[in-house]
Amino acid sequence: MSQRINVPETKTTEPATSQKIRNGERISEEETLLLLQEADLLELGQLAHLVRRRIHPDNLVSFIIDRNINYTNICISGCQFCAFYRRQGDPEAYLLSNQEIFRRIQETIDLGGTQIMLQGGLHPELHLDYFVNLFQEIKKRFPVTIHSLSPPEIVHIARNSGLSIRDVLVELKRAGLDSLPGGGAEILVDEIRAQISPRKATTEEWLEVMETAHSIGLKSTATMMMGTIESLQDRITHLSKIRTLQDRTGGFRAFIPWTFQPRHTALEKKVGGRPTSSIDYLRTLAVSRIFLDNVKHVQGSWVTQGKRIGQLTLFFGGNDLGSIMIEENVVKAAGVSYKMTVEEMIDLIRSAGFTPALRDTEYKILKVY
Amino acid sequence: MNIAVDHNISSIYEKVLAGQRLSREDGLALMESSDLLTLGYLARWVKERKTKDSVFFNVNRHLNMTNVCVSRCKFCAFSRDRDDPDAYTMSIEEAVEKARNSLSLGITELHIVNGLHPDLPFSYYVETVRRLEEEFPHVHIQAFTAVEIKHFADLSGLSFQDVLLTLKEAGLGSLPGGGAEILDDGIRREVCSRKASAKEWLEIMRTAHRLGFRSNATMLYGHIESPENRIDHLIKLRELQDETGGFQSFIPLPFHPKNTPLGKMTGARRPTAYEDLKMLSISRLMLDNFDHIKAFWIMLDPKIAQLSLDFGVDDLDGTVVEEKITHSAGAETEEAMAKSELINMIREMKRTPVERDTLYNVLEVYN
Repeated sequence: MSQRINVPETKTTEPATSQKIRNGERISEEETLLLLQEADLLELGQLAHLVRRRIHPDNLVSFIIDRNINYTNICISGCQFCAFYRRQGDPEAYLLSNQEIFRRIQETIDLGGTQIMLQGGLHPELHLDYFVNLFQEIKKRFPVTIHSLSPPEIVHIARNSGLSIRDVLVELKRAGLDSLPGGGAEILVDEIRAQISPRKATTEEWLEVMETAHSIGLKSTATMMMGTIESLQDRITHLSKIRTLQDRTGGFRAFIPWTFQPRHTALEKKVGGRPTSSIDYLRTLAVSRIFLDNVKHVQGSWVTQGKRIGQLTLFFGGNDLGSIMIEENVVKAAGVSYKMTVEEMIDLIRSAGFTPALRDTEYKILKVY
Repeated sequence: MNIAVDHNISSIYEKVLAGQRLSREDGLALMESSDLLTLGYLARWVKERKTKDSVFFNVNRHLNMTNVCVSRCKFCAFSRDRDDPDAYTMSIEEAVEKARNSLSLGITELHIVNGLHPDLPFSYYVETVRRLEEEFPHVHIQAFTAVEIKHFADLSGLSFQDVLLTLKEAGLGSLPGGGAEILDDGIRREVCSRKASAKEWLEIMRTAHRLGFRSNATMLYGHIESPENRIDHLIKLRELQDETGGFQSFIPLPFHPKNTPLGKMTGARRPTAYEDLKMLSISRLMLDNFDHIKAFWIMLDPKIAQLSLDFGVDDLDGTVVEEKITHSAGAETEEAMAKSELINMIREMKRTPVERDTLYNVLEVYN
């Protein structure tokens, strides 16, 4: 229960914008940029929390048990922000055998997991057949949701196999693909991509994969990687692209912003070696919640921010804390490693005054604690 | 603007904005509320009325001269018995040397707290202060919690007042706020039965303030205490502050359970970020007669300490060289932070970093 109360003005939020948000009206890119630049942190949090409460009036905060399985670290993309990839022939390069993938899935299921995220580098020799076969074999063996392959991987497979994006997605869906993770979006501005990830899917390609996936009934999430070389305007442009596509398809289940981790990456020197601050992250998270009025779930990234800031995302627009992550390799490669058990996740949510709930990939609640 | 506020605290909201003192019941209602951002908003409002956009820090060095302690509090991972292989006690010369080695960092304060060693005489401490004061007359010595003062009184047979006067004469500048834990003897019996009682802690602070010492006050939370214990603790401090005005800052300290007997007994985890920010905000709201609320970044971690500047905090403590006590209990923060880093943290929150000395005299404003 809450009641409305008049408080002394803080100096920063444009009252008209604030009023629009309160009324549930959509705000423009310009208004959003101003919020991100100027608005008071607590006020941004209050507004994001208000939007979150409107969309999720219950007090639930959800999470999932899943496993990231990075089937290969071999990647031709060579993104500047990545510390995970290796070139083919590198002594640390690997491609997991199907047997090893099955073993990891079995472990996931044994731990109560319902979803696997197969994501890997853009391997020069893996074609559609490999994935079709892999997904079929997985589905034969395990009752698990395959939430796998981000748009750059789909584009790469299409290119490698000489097929259209649609054909690849249709075949993968038939083989057992359930939904797409939102990775590889980075910042959906080609001038930025040209500098940090020149060899991977363009903005248009990323959006095309998502639009096509949504059109054939594959839902997805969307991400944003903040804190490399992008401007605040670039972040807003990114959000706007997601919102526009979502208006057309409704296929994004969640939005997940996370922060670039610079260690061991080619970009490390360019950004001064320090990740962007948690304050910047929380502000951007809150603005995302407010701006993306048509995306139901916003996920806090404890994986990049740690549990302490992760918990606080629940007051800055987040209503989901993602996965307990039985295995995570990509962020870990950049020197950041946080671990979480189900008990810790429950405690983290509960001790902030919310009700923890286990969900599946579709955000259906499986269990309320 | 108007915002949605947890209706259970809306009357408190009005009271705070009207500058009225909050009651015990108000404090308990705040503890019950999970409207974290409103608590922060209110606490920040109070902070801004007291210190505008200034955020204070100092450049200090911590010295823990011995970890041998007869108190063996259950929440402590630092203390050792005399015969433990990793027990240590510095000579006065070693302490002086450590202080000397930190001078190049521009320290303005030596912050000294120690175990309650069974054999070291009171004169060891007096002499240490005297030597440090002689060697480094421009460096302020903030030393000895009320618990240590009580220990010195027991050792020497002197009254609290005479212990404090002796130390003052030797060069002691002010007292830290440690050893308060929870000022409730029921709780103290459980977690720190062998050290100064609640009444003694308060009496020592009262005496110190009367003799012209300033001090800080702390609270150790997140172990076995109840919300009532926390609020009562704050009210006891507030009452004494009404009487003496001698407290400078209040520092709530989250219990770090790792390696502590209490951690093993209760299986407690350290308080979460939410609980830490809430406690800082409520402290700011209840302690209307304290000028400063300090976030000890060593215990909170720097990210949360930075964020706490929007939750009523106006002081980030010091650069701190060589922190031992919290790190014994599993703190994962660094043991020291560069001044430039502290300044950046503060600036990023659009506040003005102000380097202060121990007594809150402004040394430099970093505009």
